[in-house]
Amino acid sequence: MASSSVFAGLAQAPEDPILGVTVAYNKDPSPVKVNLGVGAYRTEEGKPLVLDVVRRAEQMLINNPSRVKEYLPITGLAEFNKLSAKLIFGTDSPAIQESRVATVQCLSGTGSLRVGGEFLARHYHERTIYIPQPTWGNHPKVFTLAGLTVRSYRYYDPATRGLDFQGLLEDLSSAPSGAIVLLHACAHNPTGVDPTLDQWEQIRQLMRSKSLLPFFDSAYQGFASGSLDKDAQSVRMFVADGGELLMAQSYAKNMGLYGERVGALSIVCGSADVAVRVESQLKLVIRPMYSNPPIHGASIVATILKDSDMFNEWTVELKGMADRIISMRQQLFDALKTRGTPGDWSHIIKQIGMFTFTGLNSDQVAFMRQEYHIYMTSDGRISMAGLSTRTIPHLSDAIHAAVTKLK
Amino acid sequence: MALYSRAAAAIRRRGGVSLAPHARTMASLFGHVEPAPKDPILGVTEAFLADPSPDKVNVGVGAYRDDNGQPVVLDCVREAERRIAGTLNMEYLPMGGSIKMINESLKLAYGEDSELIKDKRIAAVQSLSGTGACRLFADFQRRFLPDSQIYIPTPTWSNHHNIWRDAQVPQRTFTYYHPETRGLDFAGLMDDIKNAPNGSFFLLHACAHNPTGVDPTEEQWREISYQFKVKNHFPFFDMAYQGFASGDPERDAKAIRIFLEDGHQIGCAQSYAKNMGLYGQRAGCLSIVCEDEMQAVAVKSQLQQIARPMYSNPPVHGALIVSIILNDPELKSLWLKEVKGMADRIIGMRKALKENLEQLGSTLPWDHITNQIGMFCYSGMTPEQVDRLTNEYHIYMTRNGRISMAGVTTGNVAYLANAIHEVTKTK
Repeated sequence: MASSSVFAGLAQAPEDPILGVTVAYNKDPSPVKVNLGVGAYRTEEGKPLVLDVVRRAEQMLINNPSRVKEYLPITGLAEFNKLSAKLIFGTDSPAIQESRVATVQCLSGTGSLRVGGEFLARHYHERTIYIPQPTWGNHPKVFTLAGLTVRSYRYYDPATRGLDFQGLLEDLSSAPSGAIVLLHACAHNPTGVDPTLDQWEQIRQLMRSKSLLPFFDSAYQGFASGSLDKDAQSVRMFVADGGELLMAQSYAKNMGLYGERVGALSIVCGSADVAVRVESQLKLVIRPMYSNPPIHGASIVATILKDSDMFNEWTVELKGMADRIISMRQQLFDALKTRGTPGDWSHIIKQIGMFTFTGLNSDQVAFMRQEYHIYMTSDGRISMAGLSTRTIPHLSDAIHAAVTKLK
Repeated sequence: MALYSRAAAAIRRRGGVSLAPHARTMASLFGHVEPAPKDPILGVTEAFLADPSPDKVNVGVGAYRDDNGQPVVLDCVREAERRIAGTLNMEYLPMGGSIKMINESLKLAYGEDSELIKDKRIAAVQSLSGTGACRLFADFQRRFLPDSQIYIPTPTWSNHHNIWRDAQVPQRTFTYYHPETRGLDFAGLMDDIKNAPNGSFFLLHACAHNPTGVDPTEEQWREISYQFKVKNHFPFFDMAYQGFASGDPERDAKAIRIFLEDGHQIGCAQSYAKNMGLYGQRAGCLSIVCEDEMQAVAVKSQLQQIARPMYSNPPVHGALIVSIILNDPELKSLWLKEVKGMADRIIGMRKALKENLEQLGSTLPWDHITNQIGMFCYSGMTPEQVDRLTNEYHIYMTRNGRISMAGVTTGNVAYLANAIHEVTKTK
């Protein structure tokens, strides 16, 4: 007696290209399988990691019986917002001191990007956003659904496996005045290729001369070089010139808070008065989406950031994760060198952050999955965090085989 | 200069900061952005917090308070959190959220022995509480049924209008509340159901209607369900108060069960904000009944496609709390007891408020206070009367006269009753 559903004609959606890798990995019964798909940190033993300082913060929250779990304001936990802005912009940032920064807690980086995009689609005069080629697979959908038109600018040079700086400058030069430009603050995802500071300065000058609006995505602060301040330099350069920008911040990786969905959107405005009005409009985007953000992760972050001992403990653990990844890069590079694998693999140690853009093509990637049970996204991106000293030999064997057997 | 002058004039009209001619606002790309109006509900608590009066009473936001006016973390929740901290990790959930939490949520809403669950006909994802569930459904409706609209009851939770508007789904309203009786306008409701085009989408409050507290009787629900079948309407249930209304989750799901018995393929938004006191954790579930398992898989995959560019995957902490509690018979039993406790206190306060008003000699009818159910009482007071309550008595509620009974205590009920009597009595 079941009548026909109104959704009868609906087709199944394709698997998400990134998250689908883990789905496939989980189904594989092979004992030698390696998951280099999702960018989630793993220990040397291949286990997920909850930072000690995070566990401590969580215990403190649990053990505080007077703590309540009521609704946060629409804009989230105020303390968290202030501390997050200081973390990325610097405690002495003039923009903060002049109250020109509107910060709202959002659901990690994705949520911050979406809320920022929706705000721009409603209130900004230019509806086009330029994103680097390539970029994180979810970026185009986030901005399209937010109501923006997505275009791309050249970024990665496959020939050098480095930055196509000329192409980047040309494309931004020909963007319409006022267009929005998405910039990865550090540890570009998926390529691991970042501009040098000199190049950042040139990008800044070009953008300000054309009134291009910077929208920074910072998902790896502290995770890239091991230093929080160093990884924020590109952003601070833009703030220092007094101009406006948007900033999407995530604590998923650098505090290991992945599933807690902790992030912040900051909009650096021309004046305090504008910042107040901007914040009020951000609330109108958030309220019909999810009313107010989740409290747990933000409380953990605030607990850590406001306590200098815990903050220091965090920087040590963060550097530990960054260092392990840098070590994996070196070991992989050395292993390929030892095997005499054809090609120049120096990009493995030149690229920075969680990912390496190997340069492997989709046939080679499929081959490695079939024959060696190595899982990565079809663009050849590997998550260095998924490697260990134990699995490096297996991976380098696989790369060697793929490169010599398939072109 | 013209744009600047207009902006400056507008700000001066609103009594804002005066601007020097070369203020930095001129350089801002966002200088033209208007200040947004305050949220009508959340703005009430802001005003309450700013009031220094020792007599102040907050009966605005629908968040439970104990008899001391304090927020409550349930014991079952505290225990669940103890088990989480120190043992579980914080990895990403799948895009659709926690499978365990979803399964338990479906059992709560559809019944432990639901055939639909056995046959895997329900597409379900973890959502950001009730708001998030409604928004996912609204976006889904827009994407797959772009010609449809949503019928929303008059009145309803104010954010419902915002949700479907932002999803770009056109809205209509249907008759619901009867101001004269402070009850249900059943005849008007049935007329609107019949007059709507066949196959319309309707938003129904499963129990404890917000803001009125007025629910159809079981018989009325059966008639509504029957008419929905005749008209082939799509019922979307927003269930934010299961267990909180009568104290019995099974009883509070009666409307949904009636529709399911009649073979409707419903949509349902569930929230754990109130009934588990998980407010800030944003724990909820969206479910859609499908023709068969294959379609349920397809629908779920499409819901995930909507979640991914919004927040990628939902927060894990609240989901862990829900699944630990509902999966552990002892904890679940404790939860049921605590939910009943909250519901009973509210029912007790309804009685007390009504009795107080009668004892004060009010000649107005106050039966609706005890006839209505759930967290809210639609008092029937006018905005002007509400303003007097706030300005003269420091009592905070939304201007539609909605009282959050959760904010009423044995300590303030007499004060509240007196104030209401004073502003409503005819001279």
